Amino acid sequence: MSFDPRVQEAFARLPDYLGSHVLVSVTALLLGLAISLPLAVLATHCRYLRNAALGFASIVQTIPGLALLALFYPLLLAISALTEKLFGTGFSALGFLPSVLALALYSMLPVLRNTVTGILGIDPAVKEATLGVGMTRRQALTMVELPLALPIIMAGIRTAAVWVIGTATLATPVGQTSLGNYIFTGLQTQNWVFVVFGCVASAVLALAVDQLLALMESGVSARKRGRILLGGAGIAAIVIAALMPVFARPAATYIIGAKTFTEQYILESLIEQRLRAAGLSARHRDGLGSTVIFDALKSGEIDVYVEYSGTLWANEMKRSDTKSRAEVLAAVKAWLAEKYNVRLLGELGFENAYALAMSRKRAEELGIKSIADLARVAPRLVIAGDYEFFARPVWQSLVQAYGLSFRERKNIQPEFMYPAARDGEIDVISAFTSEGKIKQFDLVVLDDPKQAIPPYDAIVLLSPQRASDEKLIAALMPLLGAIPPALMREANARADGQGGASSPDKIAGWLWEKISARK
Amino acid sequence: MAGTNAIEIRAVTKRYSERVNVLDGISLNVAEGEFLAIVGPSGSGKTTLLRLINRLTEPTSGAILVSGREVRASDPIRLRREIGYVFQGVGLFPHMTVAENIAITPRLIGWSAEERAARVDALLQLVRLDAKKYRARFPSELSGGERQRVGVARALAAKPKIVLMDEPFGALDALTRAALTRDYRELHDELGLTTVMITHDLTEAALLAGRIAVIHRGHIVEQGTPRELLASPKDEYVRQLVETPKTQAARLATLLRGEP
Repeated sequence: MSFDPRVQEAFARLPDYLGSHVLVSVTALLLGLAISLPLAVLATHCRYLRNAALGFASIVQTIPGLALLALFYPLLLAISALTEKLFGTGFSALGFLPSVLALALYSMLPVLRNTVTGILGIDPAVKEATLGVGMTRRQALTMVELPLALPIIMAGIRTAAVWVIGTATLATPVGQTSLGNYIFTGLQTQNWVFVVFGCVASAVLALAVDQLLALMESGVSARKRGRILLGGAGIAAIVIAALMPVFARPAATYIIGAKTFTEQYILESLIEQRLRAAGLSARHRDGLGSTVIFDALKSGEIDVYVEYSGTLWANEMKRSDTKSRAEVLAAVKAWLAEKYNVRLLGELGFENAYALAMSRKRAEELGIKSIADLARVAPRLVIAGDYEFFARPVWQSLVQAYGLSFRERKNIQPEFMYPAARDGEIDVISAFTSEGKIKQFDLVVLDDPKQAIPPYDAIVLLSPQRASDEKLIAALMPLLGAIPPALMREANARADGQGGASSPDKIAGWLWEKISARK
Repeated sequence: MAGTNAIEIRAVTKRYSERVNVLDGISLNVAEGEFLAIVGPSGSGKTTLLRLINRLTEPTSGAILVSGREVRASDPIRLRREIGYVFQGVGLFPHMTVAENIAITPRLIGWSAEERAARVDALLQLVRLDAKKYRARFPSELSGGERQRVGVARALAAKPKIVLMDEPFGALDALTRAALTRDYRELHDELGLTTVMITHDLTEAALLAGRIAVIHRGHIVEQGTPRELLASPKDEYVRQLVETPKTQAARLATLLRGEP
């Protein structure tokens, strides 16, 4: 009897993911404590500060974790740009820093509230006695108030630790590797083993830390030094064990970025494998949003990733007209070089354009072949798009060209959109032409007779400082023009088709075999 | 008596809000070695008066002198370390042992560990608690009377000359209370302390103190030896105040003689 290969692969990634997860959680928690504890102590003396601090922390708590993490990215980017201007050095607005700051904020409420409650709840006679015996304020705080409030403060720290460890899984989309990488990658590639593995791993970590802190807490209340030391040693052991691989890991020279869908994971793995084969050290940064990833490349936080010409054309260059593939490519290339010193190394050979898709059956029932046909019956239909679709210029362009207007518009996670379309719960969905799922779920892509959708050639972009990196370019050259649409679609279908049985790494290996065989 | 006053209170007024004077131009002297009881009903301002002496409260106007020095000119922390303070709530630190509680003020002023340990044993003996048995106990393991004995020991730890007591034995049962007051009075004489004690119980005051000051609505309405006050009260409120213990005493005397 052997394990599912996905489980083995999940375990293989554990040192990296767990280490990063622990590093970001511990840093955030320590930073949170460093802010909340002194603030709470000050707040016990001043009602206004207390209300303000607790109010602020409560508001932070109501912001969804993912949104809070995402908010820090543009904020830090702006600050980084400012320091760049003022002091000549910027910093990375992606990954570790925004995650730590957001999680630290998240940890504040339980610590603040419990510390304030603990100190204010001390028997007034004991407080009177601190004055009567001649303690200074500081002595009263350190010798009496904090020790007495400690069990309650510890309970707050426990809550904060569990929150931070749980929420750290959401740091993946802002570029911080965490146990959330299992969940986000798994969700994208329908690898449910990964999703479950990620959830279980973060839950086990949170529970373990919670129990060790509980041991310390009981040691504090019962004045048993042994328990405090045992709990502390347990936590230290977890942190050290988890961080070992993080620090033992060689500093990666090349960082490859990927957006949040299957094709990107495969291409990221493919590039990583090619760089390693060329003797270069490489690391990836998964699951970046499409604006975040371009910003990250411009600022050199990632070195290389695969973009689509139409995305830049419409979103970055703000062009609403549609030109031929070659014209768009040339315009994008020139614009990137001139404006950002970003190099468009070349195209991979396939397009991944936006498309509108319907279930074959429904399309035949309604007699729809093209978007022009669709426009006639659209007011009776429901359309669903991914989180970006309706905000993109391509949607505006479609609406203008065909006069589209639907009964209802929904945003759904792509993985759930396809089955919903197949099952007739949704009539029309946004899709991508290179996707394997179109075939898998028996959907049809509607024609675009008015060419409202711009071409979306897959292109390799290099960051300004890597623009003329010979080694990198040499390693990437074999990929240019080497992936025809059918091959990419099959690769995507392999990732999605078998319930995600094949990981992006394996498929990237398969893809490279096919590419080599074609030459 | 001039020059030997441990505490002088000169025309002190204390106002918490605009309208009400908690203390209204009070003057009071406490001689060195004297045991003064301040008696008054709840809300009469007696606790406020006591807390002015170790600067737990500041007066609105007037002056307070401790050992001839204006307290306003002294560092309040040092002042409190030099004055013993015992109050009804006791306020033992629950996370510290009996020994740690007693040794707290000596620790704050930098006594060595050996000096503190010796002092703890001596004080436990002084308040009639077995040092070996009680040193390492926590306050939660003590009875009410034991706690208050530890409270007294803590107040005396740094060898103060002045002890302030705010209804120190009010929450104790009659027997424990009687034993403690008797023991404290002995300590007061033995150590040559100056004690100011607040109580609302005139009998307790009369049995313990050398002098009683009766405070009512922010004024000292009458003061004198217990005998003077009991025998010939001049103020109407004091007359009412002494009435109850006197009738009780008379009634008890009748009962003791075996009459119905």
